[in-house]
Amino acid sequence: MAASTTTPAAQTASIRRSAAEKPADEQSSPVPALTKEQERAVFEQMLLIRRFEEKAGQMYGMGLIGGFCHLYIGQEAVVVGMQMTRKPGDQVITGYRDHGHMLACGMDPKGVMAELTGRRGGYSKGKGGSMHMFSVEKGFYGGHGIVGAMVPLGTGLAFANRYRGNDNVSLTYFGDGAANQGQVYESFNMAELWKLPVVYIIENNRYAMGTSIDRASATTDLSKRGLSFNIPGEQVDGMDVRAVKAAGAKAVQWCREGNGPYILEMLTYRYRGHSMSDPVKYRTREEVDKVRSEQDPIEQVRLRLIETKRATEDELKKIDASVRAVVNEASEFAIQDPEPDPSELYTDVLR
Amino acid sequence: MPIQVLMPALSPTMEKGNLARWVKKEGDAVKAGDVIAEIETDKATMEVEAVDEGTLGQILVPEGTEDVAVNTPIATIFAEGEEAGAPAAAGTKARQGQGNGSKSSQQAKGAESLPLAAPDQPETKQAPAPAEPKSAVAEPPKPATVPEPDVPEGTEMVTMTMREALRDAMAEEMRLDPDVLVLGEEVAEYQGAYKVTQGLLQEFGARRVIDMPITEHGFAGLGIGAAMAGLKPIVEFMTWNFAMQAMDQLINSAAKTLYMSGGQMVCSVVFRGPNGPAARVAAQHSQDYSAWYSHIPGVKVIAPYTAADAKGLLKAAIRDQNPIIFLENEILYGHSFLVPKLADFVLPIGKAKIARPGGDVTIVAWSMGMTYALKAAEELANDGIEAEVIDLRTLRPMDSATVVQSVMKTGRCVTVEEGWPQNGIGAEIAARVMVEAFDYLDAPVTRVTAEDVPMPYAANLEKLALPSVPKVVDAVKAVCYR
Repeated sequence: MAASTTTPAAQTASIRRSAAEKPADEQSSPVPALTKEQERAVFEQMLLIRRFEEKAGQMYGMGLIGGFCHLYIGQEAVVVGMQMTRKPGDQVITGYRDHGHMLACGMDPKGVMAELTGRRGGYSKGKGGSMHMFSVEKGFYGGHGIVGAMVPLGTGLAFANRYRGNDNVSLTYFGDGAANQGQVYESFNMAELWKLPVVYIIENNRYAMGTSIDRASATTDLSKRGLSFNIPGEQVDGMDVRAVKAAGAKAVQWCREGNGPYILEMLTYRYRGHSMSDPVKYRTREEVDKVRSEQDPIEQVRLRLIETKRATEDELKKIDASVRAVVNEASEFAIQDPEPDPSELYTDVLR
Repeated sequence: MPIQVLMPALSPTMEKGNLARWVKKEGDAVKAGDVIAEIETDKATMEVEAVDEGTLGQILVPEGTEDVAVNTPIATIFAEGEEAGAPAAAGTKARQGQGNGSKSSQQAKGAESLPLAAPDQPETKQAPAPAEPKSAVAEPPKPATVPEPDVPEGTEMVTMTMREALRDAMAEEMRLDPDVLVLGEEVAEYQGAYKVTQGLLQEFGARRVIDMPITEHGFAGLGIGAAMAGLKPIVEFMTWNFAMQAMDQLINSAAKTLYMSGGQMVCSVVFRGPNGPAARVAAQHSQDYSAWYSHIPGVKVIAPYTAADAKGLLKAAIRDQNPIIFLENEILYGHSFLVPKLADFVLPIGKAKIARPGGDVTIVAWSMGMTYALKAAEELANDGIEAEVIDLRTLRPMDSATVVQSVMKTGRCVTVEEGWPQNGIGAEIAARVMVEAFDYLDAPVTRVTAEDVPMPYAANLEKLALPSVPKVVDAVKAVCYR
């Protein structure tokens, strides 16, 4: 399972080659290594997201979580790598597959899980649900349910940074599906026109719900979608947290220095369906298993930690146990916490 | 036969203009397309082009003349072979000069497509073409004679157009709060497609008054994002018709975020621009969004009629912490009203106003609807019916208490709106009055609305499609059983 060195590409036509599938000697530049502390931290953070999402999936199956629930399993390296490039005041905004972003931003797993169960201790007092959570304190601006809507909003966050003359950057996430929305290009135009500090992070997990990118996009290299606006972009192996961090740092610096927006296309993959109700008939089991076994973002880090003797199996098991404890605590809280008081129906409509 | 050059209408709502300068002198040769004069309107300075060839014969209106009515002869042109100095006879062919936007370009979206003539006023005989340009209703009613309830007694009142009042409101708030800024198409260098933002760029600079690309969906979202980050943007839509491109952002991102975030994420943003039927611009550019936006929890919807209300309510809107839909009216932009001369005139959002007291029937209107309502009330008074006219001013939250109180006194209620009948504001008022004043009603609540059709272009059909003073008078007489 040597993650970043094996297998010729294109065994399955519908799987797009990602950087991780290339043999090491084909890599254009070596991926900068993480320090021991960083490696252990990203392992723990990605694992927290993985375990949280697994638990959310279970709780959905038990009827404790309702409505739509979009799990982030498989894509953990993207938010965890990007989070390492943030400084205080930098904003994060995304769509509805947002649990990972919130945990990466440092939001309390109890508050997130309680929102999933629609309880009063949730981040939105139970009134937002899975797709709509916010934390002004942690710089997380949602959690938006309409595909593509967060792109102008994130551009507006960047506009505010520019207006105030600070060097903060807006990290605006969207998917390969949203990349075909008109408002994305309206935003690209304005961002480059006014040199707004926004990194557009396209999480290309290959499927917009059930439609593969090849079937929906006339051009599938989404990093080039800013070319006609002169926005630089690059494709990044979104399964390798080191590559994400390196590319993210470069993009964030570009924005901080006042050069305008930057596009990062993260080549990633979701293991689960689009939402909990997705039977996933549009791809093969083999395709999923192949990514899982060869490119899993957490397994990559785990193997490196062991191979470099930066951690022992035992230590990693302890990390897993502590993460599971945090998730179980969140789950317990989310089940025990009462539903919102009926009077909350009428609050927060207007300030 | 000498050709008369007439004072042209350069916008659908223009009724008069100033003859700023003659570019050609008497005796000069003119070709079609030559600029012969410059005219100032309340929106812009425009060039007038000759449409005929010949010699500029006589200048009938000297330069510097103010308030020249549209269709006034301003000069004569002699065709080749005709003698200069021949009197402009009764048989003179009349030709309107042609406005040309090249100087102060009127080529913006919407503005460009605006035709020259406005519909004929109701209840006048069809004038020979070209029709006398007039706003869609009769004479603008005189400034309210009722004392402004929100103004201290003895306050000096100054005459001001709706356009100026809106501009002053923005400028005053921008002076007070550095986080207030204006975004929109043509708001900065062009000075506003309807000149509402005139002078703001000069006073506040390009950092705070920003021209947007033609990107309603995108810049509405950008404004909302900036508001989430704590700024207080005023987002101008050139007209509300174009905001349909942005509706998802207005409703899903602006209106719902406070609720969905459990009260965390404040979005203080004002969306403003002209709403409602304009004049002769047909279905896509002529409709009333009052009912659309007032359907939505999470926004406040304001639709003022007077310049004073516009100023006081826009200042309140900018200070408000919620997303505000501020519906102005193009035809009212040029109308003058009395505005209190106060350092900081702010009105409460959500309070209706009794614009004219009366005991026989309650007429409820807002924005442009008030012009029909007030004029109808005058006519009805001649017939011995005293109507109480209520100006809602804010549509959400709606001050139905003021309406209900009035209906308890009059027992009759007529609503007036330029929107369509189904699910309109009038329907909402009827429902509330039925529930809250059922026992006081002496007649069914009756609605005067636009006809249930897309807005037609033809002048006669447009007039038929809109509410009118006679329609209001008839509705009132019906509920009074007269």
